[in-house]
Amino acid sequence: MTDPFLVHHTADPTADTSLPDPHQDTFSKTVLGFWCYLMTDCLLFATLFITYAVLHNNTFGGPSSKELFDLSTAFLETMILLASSVTCGFALIAAVKGNNRNILFWLAITFLLGLSFIILEIDEFRHFVSEGHSWTTSAFLSAFFTLVGTHGLHVTFGLLWMGVMFAQVYWQGVTIDTFRRLVLFSLFWHFLDLIWIFIFTFVYLLGVI
Amino acid sequence: MSELSLKQMKKEWHGNLHSYLIGFIISLILTTSAFALVITKALPDQTLIGIIVFLALVQAILQLFFFLHVGQEADPKWETLIFCLMIVILLIIAIGSLWIMYDLNERMMDKNMTEMMMEHD
Amino acid sequence: MFGNLTLESFQHDMMQDMAVYGGLSTGLLVLLLITYFKKWPYLWKEWITTVDHKKIGVMYIAVVLIMFLKGVADALMMRMQQAVSVGDSQGMLSATHFQEVFSAHGTTMIFFVAMGFMFGIMNLIIPLQIGARDVAFPFLNALSFWLFTAGAMLTLLSLAIGHFSVSGWLAYAPLSGLEYSPNEGVDYWIWMVQISGVGTTLSGVNFLVTILKMRCPGMTLMKMPIFVWSALCSMVLVIMAFPILTATLLMLTVDRYLGMHFFTAGGGGNPMMYVNLIWAWGHPEVYILIMPAFGIFSEVVPTFSEKRLFGYVSMVWALIVITILSFIVWLHHFFTMGASANVNAFFGVMTILIAVPTGVKIFNWLFTKFRGRVHFTSPMLWFFSFVLNFTIGGMTGVLLSAPPVDYQVHNSLFLIAHFHGMVITGVLFGFFAGFTYWFPKFTGFFLDEKLNRHAFWCWTIGYLLAFMPLYMLGFMGATRRLDHYEASTGWHPLFVMAAIGAFIIVAGATIQFIGLFWSIYNRKKNMDPTKSLFSNSSGLNLKTGSMGDPWNGRSLEWATHSPPPIYNFAIIPTVDQTDPLWAYKRGQLKLFQGGYEDIHLPINTPVAMYIGLASLVFGFAMTWQIHWLAIISFIAILFLTIYRLSCKNEHETISAAEVAKIEKSYSQGNAA
Repeated sequence: MTDPFLVHHTADPTADTSLPDPHQDTFSKTVLGFWCYLMTDCLLFATLFITYAVLHNNTFGGPSSKELFDLSTAFLETMILLASSVTCGFALIAAVKGNNRNILFWLAITFLLGLSFIILEIDEFRHFVSEGHSWTTSAFLSAFFTLVGTHGLHVTFGLLWMGVMFAQVYWQGVTIDTFRRLVLFSLFWHFLDLIWIFIFTFVYLLGVI
Repeated sequence: MSELSLKQMKKEWHGNLHSYLIGFIISLILTTSAFALVITKALPDQTLIGIIVFLALVQAILQLFFFLHVGQEADPKWETLIFCLMIVILLIIAIGSLWIMYDLNERMMDKNMTEMMMEHD
Repeated sequence: MFGNLTLESFQHDMMQDMAVYGGLSTGLLVLLLITYFKKWPYLWKEWITTVDHKKIGVMYIAVVLIMFLKGVADALMMRMQQAVSVGDSQGMLSATHFQEVFSAHGTTMIFFVAMGFMFGIMNLIIPLQIGARDVAFPFLNALSFWLFTAGAMLTLLSLAIGHFSVSGWLAYAPLSGLEYSPNEGVDYWIWMVQISGVGTTLSGVNFLVTILKMRCPGMTLMKMPIFVWSALCSMVLVIMAFPILTATLLMLTVDRYLGMHFFTAGGGGNPMMYVNLIWAWGHPEVYILIMPAFGIFSEVVPTFSEKRLFGYVSMVWALIVITILSFIVWLHHFFTMGASANVNAFFGVMTILIAVPTGVKIFNWLFTKFRGRVHFTSPMLWFFSFVLNFTIGGMTGVLLSAPPVDYQVHNSLFLIAHFHGMVITGVLFGFFAGFTYWFPKFTGFFLDEKLNRHAFWCWTIGYLLAFMPLYMLGFMGATRRLDHYEASTGWHPLFVMAAIGAFIIVAGATIQFIGLFWSIYNRKKNMDPTKSLFSNSSGLNLKTGSMGDPWNGRSLEWATHSPPPIYNFAIIPTVDQTDPLWAYKRGQLKLFQGGYEDIHLPINTPVAMYIGLASLVFGFAMTWQIHWLAIISFIAILFLTIYRLSCKNEHETISAAEVAKIEKSYSQGNAA
């Protein structure tokens, strides 16, 4: 009869029995978890991008991207979103310094920039629709409105989040909870600007060439 | 499991004025160049597309580093690993899907043929 | 006022009405009994508001058992229909009803039985096996469960109110589009899959962070149990694949609700893009299901062979290779859609390749048993049936991976037999083995072993009788999803055999159900004699089975009481090798170092359940286009989320003294 305990692993004398990952605290876990969520969002946008790539020539007699897009609007939106990404960073720097007034100031600026972005985008959409080019016209337009619209929805949600953060910092200042949430928000907001790089490049710029 | 103090948390966050300003300025330059090139049609189409895409990728990597601080976390760098894995999967799905759909399209009836047939009805 | 909902939506044919009334009465009876025995406060405090992974795991399995009843009823209906609907006979089901049944069967079984069972078992086991107190995000865990349950409830509602989708479990466009499926069926399907899909994605993040960040001291990645590795790889797949599903369903939704043209037949839409995207998700999905089942076998086989797992490193690499490869094969689900030979060849070769790491695993399990001391317990029986039948079914998969062969048998019953072989003998048998194996850990008593064996034989024989004929039928030209065929085909006898097999499977499932209640009734006779940790003054007893460890286990979940206390381990264990419990029992490892400390646990909250409930209402309102209700429930979800994310994460503390007291009460023979 075989002695089962003979067939065993050797204990590792050099085994490091400190925590496998020394950063087991809530902050590190939450940042990693939120980062994983951002990765899923990346793939969601990727799917919408791929679909746009497949459908962007299916204009079904309606207008093509070349005829439709106004680059000056896109440029303005890009500049606004880029600026807001930086002002968001300034808000985080103020949070590290513990300066509540500055945090609120930079959050407010970021919010206004984000709001301007949304207003410009809604205006662009309204303009298309009023000329008869809506998302029901063709596959190209469906893909355009959905891709850019989903990004816009994310930005809108970010505005809501900013409002909540503004209130929290106003009432509680910088605590372990509010700082953690500000860090997560900044990840989200920077990520949205990252996605926008691909939208203005692949949808607007390439759409006009 | 120990929790971090506020001071320790602040040390974990890797942003600073420097990185944001550099990121901002270079992004500004890359974006403006891209738009300028397209609006002025300074280059032939194929080259233009290549340059624009290249500028976008550079700006993306830039923002990933200077704004999102990818690669700067403490060891083990899980965030960076998961990001790289995501990019690999993204490329597989993108290239795979585009290849498949392009191939299917090639094997569909000619557009002219379709229009001719539609006129027949 | 009520959108598209009318009184007519509540009217169905007699059989369906009977099912609905039966379900409603049973549900009502349960609610009445709970009220009569005054159990609502207990239920609320201990189960509905819990964030404890062990309770959440049990709840997942409870919902799964209910949904399994529905799924298997659908299966029986289909088998009976196909056994009698030949020649002049039209069977019991109308064509439309038959289509609703096969669509519901697939949707229920994949999303609400297989996925639910997987998350249930992972919830129960993962934190224990890595020596942690809970998952990384306990509230999110509860939320995932309630979103899953919301989706399951939508499925049951679709039985009672209105019609279900007729476009299959994957809702191919353009059939699933507005033009060809104008009624509420596909909308039900969209919302049940989308809502539970969000729950799944959140769980993917949760378990990934848990495994990466919450392992106990000394447990490096290469010292984790293989079940944890399989869960890790599966969660990576969840995170990478489910966003594709979310986006694709989003596009189908806007096609239907806003008149867009992603996948429509006209307007420039491309229905083939839907097929491409849904399978880019769909293929990783089936690997999400099978890898944890493989992991369970990697736990069961070594324990019941009294021998360590053969080839740990190659097992890990096989899992990683399967994970990556599962993303590069998806076109094999639509070889016949018209791609060129180059495309088909590439994906065919990739598909053949993925059989290799699977084969590595099979051989490693077999080599584990070689020269081991094999115990023929029922988990081991499930393994034997698995290794034989899954391998055969897997080989038919390799047959299908060759495009020329697939052209002959695509969408025939040959395909149906193949994937049912994978899901039943792979996923389901794996979960059955795990359920039996870990049952004593969470209850302190065994499942009746005799009834287990009867159930096992019914399942195995029933599976063979039900599905081997389908392989033959596939070669004879029988298409899938047929509700009627001509007698001249000669298929009838085989369909009758398949129906008999289905009934035998149901007999097996019935025995399992009865067995569960019988075992609970007889629990005092089936007690696990090793239930509690016996401690003497200087530490811990070194003998085998001095903690809830009836099988001579190798991993950490057996190193605590059965059932485990709320904090899992009084002292977080320290390990230095794989199979730490065997090392501990040989005296090679001091598992629990240091003394008792204060333990902080998250407190209960009803918010997860409220969000789930609001999601259910939202899904229902969107299905029936009851706009005001959709808006209200959406705002409720938003408010609840913001509320939850704004409050301080409150904890309760169990002081070191209290922990000592609880642990002492175990050794005195009382459960805490």
